[in-house]
Amino acid sequence: MSLPDNGYRTMLAVAAVIVGALAVWLVVAIVIQAHPAFVTLGYSWILQKTWDPSHGKYGLLPFILGTLESTAIAVVLAVPIGLGTALALAYLVPHRIRPVLSTAVELLAAVPSVVYGLWGLVVLAPLFRTTVEPFLTAVLGWTGLFNGPNGGVGLLLAGVILFVMILPTMVAISRDVLAVVPNEQLEGAMALGATRWQVLHKVVVPGARTGILGAFTLATGRALGETVAVAMVIGNSPYIAHSLKSPAATLPSLIVNNFGESSGTELAALFGAGLVLLIIGISVNSLARWLVWSTSGGNSQAGPR
Amino acid sequence: MIEAEATGARVEEGVAVYGDEVVVDQPEPKVVMTLADVAVAFGGRTAVRDVTFDVHAGEVTALIGPSGSGKTTLLRALNRMHDTVRTAAVTGTVQLGDLDVYAPSTDPTLLRSRVGMVFQRPNPFPTMSIYENAVAGLKFNGVRKKSLLDEAAESALVGAALWDSVKDRMKAHASTLSGGEQQRLCIARALAVEPEVLLMDEPTSALDPIATKRIEELVVELKDRVTIIIVTHNMQQAMRVSDRCAFLLMGEDKAGELIEFGPTATLFSEPTDPRTLDYVNGRFG
Amino acid sequence: MTILELPVEQPVDATMERRRAIQVAASSSLRRRKLSSGIALGVCWAFLGIAIIPLIAVLIYVTAKGLPAWSVDFFTQSTTPEGIPGGGVWNAIVGTVEITLIAVAATVPLGLMCGLFLAESNGWIAATLRFTADVMTGVPSITVGIFGYIAIVKNFGGYSGLAGAFAIGFIMLPVITRAGETAIRGVPQSLNEAALALGARRATIARRVVVPTALPGIITGVLLAVARGLGETAPLLLTIFGNQYLQWNPTKPMEALPILIYNDSSQPYADLVQVAWGAALLLMVVVLILSIGSRLFAARLQKERR
Repeated sequence: MSLPDNGYRTMLAVAAVIVGALAVWLVVAIVIQAHPAFVTLGYSWILQKTWDPSHGKYGLLPFILGTLESTAIAVVLAVPIGLGTALALAYLVPHRIRPVLSTAVELLAAVPSVVYGLWGLVVLAPLFRTTVEPFLTAVLGWTGLFNGPNGGVGLLLAGVILFVMILPTMVAISRDVLAVVPNEQLEGAMALGATRWQVLHKVVVPGARTGILGAFTLATGRALGETVAVAMVIGNSPYIAHSLKSPAATLPSLIVNNFGESSGTELAALFGAGLVLLIIGISVNSLARWLVWSTSGGNSQAGPR
Repeated sequence: MIEAEATGARVEEGVAVYGDEVVVDQPEPKVVMTLADVAVAFGGRTAVRDVTFDVHAGEVTALIGPSGSGKTTLLRALNRMHDTVRTAAVTGTVQLGDLDVYAPSTDPTLLRSRVGMVFQRPNPFPTMSIYENAVAGLKFNGVRKKSLLDEAAESALVGAALWDSVKDRMKAHASTLSGGEQQRLCIARALAVEPEVLLMDEPTSALDPIATKRIEELVVELKDRVTIIIVTHNMQQAMRVSDRCAFLLMGEDKAGELIEFGPTATLFSEPTDPRTLDYVNGRFG
Repeated sequence: MTILELPVEQPVDATMERRRAIQVAASSSLRRRKLSSGIALGVCWAFLGIAIIPLIAVLIYVTAKGLPAWSVDFFTQSTTPEGIPGGGVWNAIVGTVEITLIAVAATVPLGLMCGLFLAESNGWIAATLRFTADVMTGVPSITVGIFGYIAIVKNFGGYSGLAGAFAIGFIMLPVITRAGETAIRGVPQSLNEAALALGARRATIARRVVVPTALPGIITGVLLAVARGLGETAPLLLTIFGNQYLQWNPTKPMEALPILIYNDSSQPYADLVQVAWGAALLLMVVVLILSIGSRLFAARLQKERR
């Protein structure tokens, strides 16, 4: 015996309210828990550069920088490689193997982050220490970015692992927006005597640029919020990194490493870090959604990826 | 020659005779493109076949016939647009001057700088300005000199009767133009490369009657500058703009074939083939 | 009749000049343009190769290192401290499965009802909710963990499987809601109208017509959400804390596969690292099967619909 229509509608509305309330509750809860830190420490503590709870210092700057730097490495790699892959999948790969390859790239997103962390720590770190880092130091040492010992774990490895993790996001969305550039524009360019690359470079990519920007933003958001894989390979040093090879730490890795044992002001500071992370994550994600949403012609059906 | 015949002169040994007067020998316009036994098939299924005719310089040649008769397929074979379709196979010979269009040594990109195309729906590049659209073809072909780009763009926009309306807003986006203006921009874009032949695939079917009239006038004006081959499903349009017509019809094997080719006036008044007669009398559309 | 003028067929000189200049530029630059095109396209192909390599590398390594860890004991015994042989991951499996099931049991009905709500309304309230759900997917997982800690651990005095289920549920909720909405919107309106015309109540229609028709899409969404939830570690670290022993009671701290991997991977004891690899392989296999399975399922449902 089913509910009468009114009861049914109410039940659905209640469900919707619960979901909305959960989201709001999260924000409120974190703000409340972080509040004591701001009361005790003011507002500038976020940007201090020393994190030393035993001496009452809770500067978050090293972690903010670590978050930004590891994300930057990942994005610098993911944008060109992701775009190139997306172009290949949308226009170069023969139709028949297109779904297989697309799925293979997308499956990268399915691998749990902790597995990436394990792989990075046990397999890639030694490789970086013995081969990759010496090579890069030899070739690019002049930039001043590769000073210091070859440690294996550190910013560079974290950036590379993040790159692998955000690549599927960049590729999948870019591929979708690149593929729907109207065929008539491609034909128009072809008929003028453009080479294949000219068509892609001057017509297809510009035509998809808003969606690509959305993909880039979404991928950046993913990298900023990634916790476990980064925590496992970044070395967890609370100091500002001076080289790509240095160990470092990010806001998420700070929280996950110290949450269990901390209390009082330190705990409140961690909540504050969580709040900062939440604000960054939501802003970047909203921006990305808006960008992607506005390219698909306002199609609000596009689900989360 | 065509005008002479159309005005009722008799042609004797290449000379037009009006009554008792002998007129100076008018040479046939030079042939700029020849088609011989051209056929296009997709995955074994023939779409159009047995097409043989010559395209004369400085004229408008129309491909006419009911829908499905392979006119567009044939047109697109002339600038090798079927190259990107894996299942497409083009047989026969297409010659542009002394260039064999389908020879392995012929580069399609270079070919398309000599044979331009305008499409059914206006397709200006949306992320580019009016100026950038106009010079897009030139840039694709490696032209870098600003003076040449500017000169070609202006000449093309003048030729497309668009110069006066856009000369003060060359940086505006192409999307700010109306449908008819966009199509004229596409025509200018194709003209800027100074092709020898311009292929037009039903260029007015997506436009309103006024814009259509403008473009038809343009086609007639432009034929001195570039030879035009136009596909149209509108008989009256063919009569208004073209010098010669090729009439195609779908055969029983579902493949289009060339039924008749000749001067427009003749084709419409005294066609050789009865099927042509039926078509021009509107017995099927 | 007068003498007909010869038609002048030569184009204007400037045009010929331009044509010649353009053709010269075109043919002289042809080689360069074709070379650039070839190189650029080659780079795209190379990048595609680079994109595929990590997946293959991870699959190979995890399998190579994890497979040796698999044994009967591995699947049936709980974890043992370092040095003591015979340990397994049974307690982690139990924990993972329980938490996931609880999360699914809570999230699917809620998400589905929310999806129904969104599918049936189009006002600004629905638009805001939809946007909220989308933004929820962008909340960093550690923040979700913090939320789970605040909401459950703090309030109920201790780490528990339920707190973990809460956090994982929060992560799964937007995925199921959006997938549900999309699937339900895909149900032809005609079915709805026919049922209404027959006098059925909306609740009945939803239960008997809409949801069953949208079920394949919903199931795909649920599978994807589960795959996503299984891979999350950070929220669990802050909520269920981990447990060396087998624990069936979800109100107590529990162990889960991701936590086990995270903790054991950095240990200096080789046998613990070995267990971590084994667990990683298990987790990866399950998640990949779910992901590929949901794709195949979705593809088959597309075909059947045609």
